[in-house]
Amino acid sequence: MIASEAKWQDLKVGSRARVTGFRKIGKLSKRLMEMGLTVGAEFTVQKVAPLGDPIEIVLRGYRLCLRKRESDDVRIEILP
Amino acid sequence: MPSQARERRRKNRDSSLTDQQRSLPLPTVALVGNPNSGKTTLFNALTGTHQKVANYPGVTVEEVSAEVEIGETTLKFTDLPGLYSLDPATEDEAVAVGVLRGDFGSRPDLLVCVVDANNLERNLYLVGELLEQGAPLIVALTMTDVAAREGVQVDPHALASELGVDVIPVTAHRKGGARPILEAIERWLETRADHMVVSTCDTQEMQHYTEAISQALARIGIDALRSEIRAAVLDPGTSLRGAEEFPEVDALLQQAREAAAREEFHETAAATRYEWANRIATNVTRREAKRTLSITDRIDRILVHRVGGLLVFLAVMYFVFQSIYTLAAPLMTLIEDGFAWVGSAVSGWLEPWPLAQSAIVDGLIAGLAAMFVFLPQILILFFFIAFLEGTGYLARAAFLMDRLLGWCGLNGRAFIPLLSSFACAVPGIMAARVMPDARSRLATILVAPLMSCSARLPVYVLLIGAFIEPQFGPTVAGITLFGMHLLGLVVAIPVVLVLNRAIFKAHRLPFLLELPAYQWPKWRDVLLTMYMRGKVFVSVAGRIIVTMSILVWALLYFPRSDEDFARFRSEYEQLPARTQALISEDAYLEQRQAENSLLGRFGKAIEPIFIPAGFDWRITMGILAAFPAREVIVPTLGIIFNLGSDVDEGSRDLRSSLQAATWPDGSRLITPWTAVGLMVFFALCCQCMATLATVRRETNGWKWPVFMFTYMSVLAYLGAVAVHQLELAFS
Repeated sequence: MIASEAKWQDLKVGSRARVTGFRKIGKLSKRLMEMGLTVGAEFTVQKVAPLGDPIEIVLRGYRLCLRKRESDDVRIEILP
Repeated sequence: MPSQARERRRKNRDSSLTDQQRSLPLPTVALVGNPNSGKTTLFNALTGTHQKVANYPGVTVEEVSAEVEIGETTLKFTDLPGLYSLDPATEDEAVAVGVLRGDFGSRPDLLVCVVDANNLERNLYLVGELLEQGAPLIVALTMTDVAAREGVQVDPHALASELGVDVIPVTAHRKGGARPILEAIERWLETRADHMVVSTCDTQEMQHYTEAISQALARIGIDALRSEIRAAVLDPGTSLRGAEEFPEVDALLQQAREAAAREEFHETAAATRYEWANRIATNVTRREAKRTLSITDRIDRILVHRVGGLLVFLAVMYFVFQSIYTLAAPLMTLIEDGFAWVGSAVSGWLEPWPLAQSAIVDGLIAGLAAMFVFLPQILILFFFIAFLEGTGYLARAAFLMDRLLGWCGLNGRAFIPLLSSFACAVPGIMAARVMPDARSRLATILVAPLMSCSARLPVYVLLIGAFIEPQFGPTVAGITLFGMHLLGLVVAIPVVLVLNRAIFKAHRLPFLLELPAYQWPKWRDVLLTMYMRGKVFVSVAGRIIVTMSILVWALLYFPRSDEDFARFRSEYEQLPARTQALISEDAYLEQRQAENSLLGRFGKAIEPIFIPAGFDWRITMGILAAFPAREVIVPTLGIIFNLGSDVDEGSRDLRSSLQAATWPDGSRLITPWTAVGLMVFFALCCQCMATLATVRRETNGWKWPVFMFTYMSVLAYLGAVAVHQLELAFS
């Protein structure tokens, strides 16, 4: 399977993904970059909250929670 | 390091006159670091109970500092708000960056950057930015024990040589664990050496421009931090000192800004810095062969589980709520009884001076009681908050609850403040501190008092007992009580939506939350949190509560004269014997005095305003007198209905007096509708000076408490009017 462009909504527990770029650079995406979601960064989805959002990802060796719907400016691809 | 500053420091050092030294500002050491890095634990270990809490001017962010003696030098330590990067995203971060830049007085002389060994890569991102500043820096490496448990070893010597600054491992929660940091600070005090920038992680382009601008500025005698220059380049809205007067500097700045305006600039900058952090973290960290699951992962399998996690969450919250509700009750009674005892003793001594007697007993002592009665709830709640925060559970709770609160513009962290507010808004509002972002904190504070607190209960019990239960039975009574508790919650939703749309319409921040590794809470941190919160409440909010209590006492006491009392007495004597048998002379005098007081006159004057709600001057006066606290309406109604102030919500006499009360035309004053209207009023109003005083303290000004009082009073009034108008429409 080849890595494919994906939506944050498609992420499930156990998914591995990589940041490929940004749709828009604003306050929001800048903060996500500072938290470690830079181009090329890989992460694993650890947990999904009971109501479907937010999600917990493991990124650069730490656990970060973010809302899927607030992360859409970050382009990702799901890794096989 | 620019030469001017070095010169200034050398002068400080060489001066041998102690009194001259004393007149110089104290050397300041600022603790910076990511949230959850163990910064506050280290600060507590360094400073203990010497801490002072104030507000930074003009913002709602707290300044926590302490003066500590090291050898012969007194140092001022500041615990800066946690921050992820020097490009601030929240008001709290902006304050931290402002302090580093010298916006609040002089720049810190030394930075201690707290770095979490268990989360090295991301923590190094900030270290990288600080290194570029060129300010003296010591790295405190924390959480080495937690990291070891998770199979991660960080070599401090290797890290020190990579970074080019001292790296001191600390176990701040152990006895003497902060000692190595004090020693490192002592060593620094001897030399006051500036660190050399040995490594930089900025993009080459940015390095080129900051270096060029820095040199251009140095030529004209301006000493600017690299971060200041970077900020000016990255944000065209800020100005750079010297840029306006000196075309050379301005030209360079414009060029740099053009480069930074390109979309990919930020991407490259953050990515380059993380590459740097990743390289160092990999070089200095040794990982044990990966275990199947870390301890934190194993605990999280239960605590963040879709079903199990929610059950544990509900159990924990139930326990916290029950504790502030029931555990605090006997302590509160004890405090109230204690002050009542002191009041009666003092009252005896002051018998010969009735004015002083009433002022001190009913004003001052009652005010002190009204303040101290909140302490048990505050201390218990902050015990739990500090405990849960210290273990790492609070972040999990926020994760679980975020969706529930997030859709209306709050976030998961608002859960504890809002839940606590069902017991009492005062600790609830103070608990909003768990939110690291000023805007969400303010939104939560502004709706917290809409949650139905325990002080509304006496009002509900009195009115439901007198007007709902006798007529409609216990089931409807129960539903009404539940409905009243639900009302505030339901009203809070549109309020938050409007606040977020209309008032905080500036950019919203993403909800980002780190789940730290689990660990045992540090008892010193827990106790210090309780101590500091109690102290802050008593010293700031307490002063306001006592002042307001004395003010309301005066409004009820004055005017008062012997002539008036003689007139009331003769009125009483002329009453028919039948009435006299029902009302005692003292109760009658108390009622006439209340009616004649400034507050009573005011109640009568504004009666027309409350007529659309179906309230007469007596209810209006009860509402006015309940400004200090909602439950005060019960004794006030006691006075107004000639029963004296010694009644409670269960009093049968008070209930029957209320049932029998009529308008001048003989129609019933309080119908079940009026009772509901009055309960709606009390559910939505902000008749609580302790809440207002606490909001004044937490938001650092009168603007938000005034706003809160206004919006809640308007809602309460409209609610009561709506109920009465429905009554008129239906009957």
